[in-house]
Amino acid sequence: MTETSARQDWIDGISVMLPLIPGVLPFGMIAGVAASEAGLDAWAGIGQSMIVFAGASQIAALQLIADAAPALVVILTGLVINLRFAMYGASLAPHFERRSVWMRALIAHLMTDQSYALSVTRFNMRPEMSKAARLRFYMGNASLMWVVWAAATAAGYFLGNSIPPDWSMDFFVPLSFIALLVPSIRETPMAAAALTGGVVVALAWTLPFNMGLFAAAVCGVAAGYLADRHFSQHRKEPN
Amino acid sequence: MDAATIWLCIFAIGAGTFALRFSFIELAGRMALPESMTRALRFLPPAVLSAIIVPAVLRHGPASDLYFGIDNPRLAAAAVAALIAWLTKSVVATLAAGMASLWLIGWIVN
Repeated sequence: MTETSARQDWIDGISVMLPLIPGVLPFGMIAGVAASEAGLDAWAGIGQSMIVFAGASQIAALQLIADAAPALVVILTGLVINLRFAMYGASLAPHFERRSVWMRALIAHLMTDQSYALSVTRFNMRPEMSKAARLRFYMGNASLMWVVWAAATAAGYFLGNSIPPDWSMDFFVPLSFIALLVPSIRETPMAAAALTGGVVVALAWTLPFNMGLFAAAVCGVAAGYLADRHFSQHRKEPN
Repeated sequence: MDAATIWLCIFAIGAGTFALRFSFIELAGRMALPESMTRALRFLPPAVLSAIIVPAVLRHGPASDLYFGIDNPRLAAAAVAALIAWLTKSVVATLAAGMASLWLIGWIVN
């Protein structure tokens, strides 16, 4: 492994995250505004983004703090929203075997929807990537995400939400995920998983604590798995 | 809420979230995950991506209802973006097509 290709993995990781930043900025700023409105000082307002590092969970917890909810309710709400990260961890784990416990802890802490989606779709498209290259690619995109998230929260805390809503910057989020999803669907079970995930989230989106997203992930995985088994049985039949 | 309780909440959510993120990475570092589980988890990315996309396309703000109408400008812009993603496999082209469509539709409608 030469030094130039190692550097290239980092650059690749950082550059795949760049187009996602316009979608991340407004959410980080909302988290900063919510922190200031909930009465957090600047250390806590920006510190939460570095320590918790999970947008939907932070914003929900801050709204509860602003509503003077009991601490236990704030904590449990913040946690339930992040249940999906356990699934992401199981999905990422085979790519990061045999790392030191500190490296695995760092990989875990930097995990987000964006880094998970960017990394796993890249690893699936390029199975020839070495384990070392996968780690550098992940670290490149995930650490950039962490820096951008903290900076966006700080900007929101001190400056307020200064991006005009007319620009629809938040639309960058679904668009960047469409750009990852569509080319990754190369077989029917993948399409079944995506379709089921989309339908379930639309039916279940009124559930509290982001449970609609979690339910959609579980049902989508089940649908993909069953479709995969169904098709592999069909493939075996002619023999 | 006083500062100490706020920090308690931040550290408790931070520690619990870390435990969720770390659990399977740590477990898989110690033992092989069952093969059926790794097979099933291949379908997590499409399921989760789709589940993040759908509500973000069907509503305007965090508080608003899902809107399935064909005249939802986000739905049309997302359809254009999906087509471009399928044709080009390019993230930048998909973002450009989707944002341009959304802004264009907004400009025509107003």
